[in-house]
Amino acid sequence: MRSLSRILAIIKKEVRQLRRDRLTFGMIVGLPIIQMLLFGYAINTDVRNLKTAVADQAQTHLSRQFVAGLGQSQVANIIESVASARDLEDRLRRGEISIGVLIPPDFDRRVADRSRSAVHLLVDGSDPTILGVANKLRSMPLSYDSSMRSRPGPDIVEVRPYYNPERRTPVNIIPGLAGVILTMTMILFTAVAIVRERERGNLELLINTPVSSAELMIGKVIPYIVIGMLQLALILGVGKLLFDVPVRGSVVDLYLCACAFVAANLSLGLLISTAAKTQFQAMQMMVFVLLPSILLSGFMFPFDGMPVFAQYIGEALPNTHFIRLSRGIMLRDASIGELLPDLYYLIGFALVAMTLAALRFSKRLD
Amino acid sequence: MNSNYAIEARGLSKHFGDLKAVSELDLNVPRGQIYGFLGPNGSGKSTTIRMLCGLLTPTEGSATVLGTEVPGDSHELKPKIGYMTQKFSLFGDMTVFENLQFIGEIYSFPKADRPARIDNLLERYNLVPQRKQLAGTMSGGQKQRLALACAVFHRPSLLLLDEPTSAVDPQSRRDFWSNLFRLAGEGTTILVSTHYMDEAERCHRLAILDHGVKVADGTPQELQEQTGMHIVEVVGDDPYAAQAAIDDMPEVASVTQLGVRLRVLIPQHIDAPIELVEIALQKQGLAATVHTTHATLEDVFVAVTLPSQESRK
Repeated sequence: MRSLSRILAIIKKEVRQLRRDRLTFGMIVGLPIIQMLLFGYAINTDVRNLKTAVADQAQTHLSRQFVAGLGQSQVANIIESVASARDLEDRLRRGEISIGVLIPPDFDRRVADRSRSAVHLLVDGSDPTILGVANKLRSMPLSYDSSMRSRPGPDIVEVRPYYNPERRTPVNIIPGLAGVILTMTMILFTAVAIVRERERGNLELLINTPVSSAELMIGKVIPYIVIGMLQLALILGVGKLLFDVPVRGSVVDLYLCACAFVAANLSLGLLISTAAKTQFQAMQMMVFVLLPSILLSGFMFPFDGMPVFAQYIGEALPNTHFIRLSRGIMLRDASIGELLPDLYYLIGFALVAMTLAALRFSKRLD
Repeated sequence: MNSNYAIEARGLSKHFGDLKAVSELDLNVPRGQIYGFLGPNGSGKSTTIRMLCGLLTPTEGSATVLGTEVPGDSHELKPKIGYMTQKFSLFGDMTVFENLQFIGEIYSFPKADRPARIDNLLERYNLVPQRKQLAGTMSGGQKQRLALACAVFHRPSLLLLDEPTSAVDPQSRRDFWSNLFRLAGEGTTILVSTHYMDEAERCHRLAILDHGVKVADGTPQELQEQTGMHIVEVVGDDPYAAQAAIDDMPEVASVTQLGVRLRVLIPQHIDAPIELVEIALQKQGLAATVHTTHATLEDVFVAVTLPSQESRK
């Protein structure tokens, strides 16, 4: 009973301080919105409108038809017609174009012959994404024999994207981004929580009161769990409103998973806070968690494509498991029962980190 | 618990690596008195206070604080002691009222009595106008009164104050001390560290610490009577020259200039100290009046810390 009222006292204090800390308060709302706008609009792996120049040295009906087809694909945005391969190289080097299309004078014969390639694509290969797009362009129908001309046949291989038929990046990004945002803000809040009080001298007062380590830790975590839930609501709202990202599964399931995930992050933050001597150190330690949480969690790159040792690191991170949960529930309409191992991992992680933090936090100064 | 002492320390020591912050400190603090720790910075005052309230584990020795063994389970000790840190440690981004409320909650002060207790403390420590002010925006004296109000909220029987007046003006210091006397009058034992002589003089008893060692212990009167020194005062036209004339005499322990006066400490086993000084001055052709006087606490402090100063020379 006394323990409960002491926890409540800590919670009340945290909320009060948070309300007056405008920067942190702004971060709760601002950070998710900025991140979502950045990732949703700027980061786009389905590349369109690459600047393209064409050197059509054939100038036949067939070659013009090919160029028109290229323009219609929307992948290439033809901005210029030039005379020679040299012109294309110049523009490529100056960065004015990403793709140069060279159509040799004997284009028609090459198309008919098929023994040599009919078109050369000069590509800025320094950006792997652009190179990947160019590779896709290679499979454009080039077989313009007279019977096919009027009726372009279907590709040999047809791709049918499940869960994201429009191939929009935000659909894939937002559920993962929810994990990244919650990792960033939650760890940040608690990582500095204890250190800040140590720096301000508040800790010497607190450890002289009857409050226990566990009470202090729990009291510090609870307000931020609520904030985490609010942030998730914000992310889902903006995701639906701006990017039309659906929640196909149960929202309750999603919140249940997020609760475990937020608790795991907050506990990890507290653990950092008990180890760091200054707020700056806490920040530095946080980066060690944040960077792999972005790069190795399956958020940026497909998890299965990563080297095995990177997968081991990824498996340890809460964000990896949450991204599996959020993508499963939001995009594939998976039920929580099908994703239990990931949920159990998050709960276990939270409990272990919380216990370690409470044990590490000594009510002594030496 | 039936002891007459609130604190009994036996051979309390704290080492930080090679540094002996506190060495074999014996201490008896009587109940209901103001007990002072006088010493320069780094003399081990804060370390001792932190050991007594369970914040630091002694390297050696132990203490009994309000019947509880230190080191030991400090959890049962916390509700009985109030501690005021050297640095302001309340929450600067909360108001005076909110800080008091938080302290009341964290010490599980009976909820029904809390509002009355807060009003009472605001009144008593003259913080009524600051009730809704953020603690971080207050003056040094106001912060100090708030810190004291928070330290005594749960009516502790022992109050540990670590240099409470180091950041406040003289008037605030006077007010602060009258508050301390009032608390002591109500039965609270107070251990207060300071480096101000005038504050030390107000304590019922006092211990002088020097480099972690207790070099004197007693009431201010006892200490002043037992310096073991003749206090010789020299008043002359050229105190600087006079000091040069006396300083190197083997019989003289210490010379301190106070305006036109010199205070000369000469060990008591030396006879006729006045004549000794007069002869030395006449040799240099300096005119001055020389007489003995009573020791002040400053003289006591100089006298008891002399051995350690000698050893460092």
